Amino acid sequence: MTWILGNLPHIGQLMLAHLAIAFPPILLSLLISVPIGWVANRYRWSRGALLTVVGLLYAIPSLPLFIVLPVIIGTGLRDPINVVVALTLYGIALMVRTTADGLASVDVDIRQSATAVGFSDRSRFWRVELPLAGPVLVAGLRVVAVSTVSLTTVGAVLGIQSLGLLFTDGIQRNIPEEIWTGIVLTVVIALAIDWVIVQLGRLVMPWTRVPAAPTRRTARDGRVAAMA
Amino acid sequence: MNLFVQGLLWVFDPAHYGGMNGIDTRTREHLAISGLTILIAAVIAIPIGFYIGHTGRGRSVAIGLSGGVRALPTLGFIAILALSLGIGLEAPLIALIVLAIPSVLAGAYSGFEAVDPAAVDSARAIGMTEWQIVTRIELPLGLPLLIGGLRLASLQVIATAALADYVGAGGLGHFIFLGLQTQDYPQMVAGSIMVVVLALASEAIFSILQRLVVPTGVTAGQPRDVRARSSRSRTAPG
Repeated sequence: MTWILGNLPHIGQLMLAHLAIAFPPILLSLLISVPIGWVANRYRWSRGALLTVVGLLYAIPSLPLFIVLPVIIGTGLRDPINVVVALTLYGIALMVRTTADGLASVDVDIRQSATAVGFSDRSRFWRVELPLAGPVLVAGLRVVAVSTVSLTTVGAVLGIQSLGLLFTDGIQRNIPEEIWTGIVLTVVIALAIDWVIVQLGRLVMPWTRVPAAPTRRTARDGRVAAMA
Repeated sequence: MNLFVQGLLWVFDPAHYGGMNGIDTRTREHLAISGLTILIAAVIAIPIGFYIGHTGRGRSVAIGLSGGVRALPTLGFIAILALSLGIGLEAPLIALIVLAIPSVLAGAYSGFEAVDPAAVDSARAIGMTEWQIVTRIELPLGLPLLIGGLRLASLQVIATAALADYVGAGGLGHFIFLGLQTQDYPQMVAGSIMVVVLALASEAIFSILQRLVVPTGVTAGQPRDVRARSSRSRTAPG
């Protein structure tokens, strides 16, 4: 405990730096992926093409991406922007597929009924398809959030401020307590953001609040959450 | 972009091949670390996954475990293990195995779960033993999803194995860390490019493998379900 108590301001500062890097990619990946996912799901040709491209993004390892990205976008090697952009790309890689799957899971009958009662394409998307795909999006965003918070630590290898610096510093100075502090705080932040996303999801989609008795629908939602 | 070209030139410079620190040696190390990890993870996770998939027991535990591992920062895990086990292969190997297990596990049990219950019931009805059902019905039908799990695990492990050299375990990450210490940007970019190429090669090989293992009886006369792949549990690369 002595190390923690002696370094509280430093730990607090690293936590804030960590959040500043991890938060934008979570939000951006959702905002960017919904339109791409919509296009992917809309046309037969675009589904395979777009999902393959975002799948390849996913195959790029994080540390190499943190190094190659500044070469491409012209930032410095130790610029936190690199990590933000890289993690946003991973988030997009995951969320585009999730969005396309979520939109594809909307029943054809429901789509046709919406058109039949007079929804335009645009309002059908915003008021029927997107809300129905919502639980799948939330499940996908939770995965993005948790892995983003965890991957943010890798930037520390390059000297970028985050809780990951507790790992690199702890191993150099042989302080296990410091490393444990970093691990525990990273996991706590990940779980906290995950919790917030679940609560926000319930707030904007009140119909997903699980009723007491396990109905067939809640069983299915559980499966969807598990899949993501 | 100039640095990118310099990185590529670095990869193809004959002076960087041969010897202890040659690209060939480091690539072999990288593949050896990744291969060993996948092998051990598969030996541990596949039987457990088959058990979960066949009996349906312990599924929620497996899902919870996968979520927990996803939240665990691999760099921190390697660091804490290295402090107790010392510099070398053990710490990253254990960390990578822990990272790989959830994906393999999910592939194994979701493969079994994706099998039509009617097929399993029919097998039981014609008198197959539980062992026969596992080996002759569930295993061949669930194989594509199991390979999908191995594919994801392999991608994650090859990516994360770049961190192994942080505690002196070698592999292609060596060029990245050496480049970082000596401010040698082309070398860093070269190391990064090679890790990316290995990761893409792994994806390509496993995606071909995944297609090859689909039993002919399944592909005959069935429309391909575009959403089938989404049952793969996806986690982030390391």
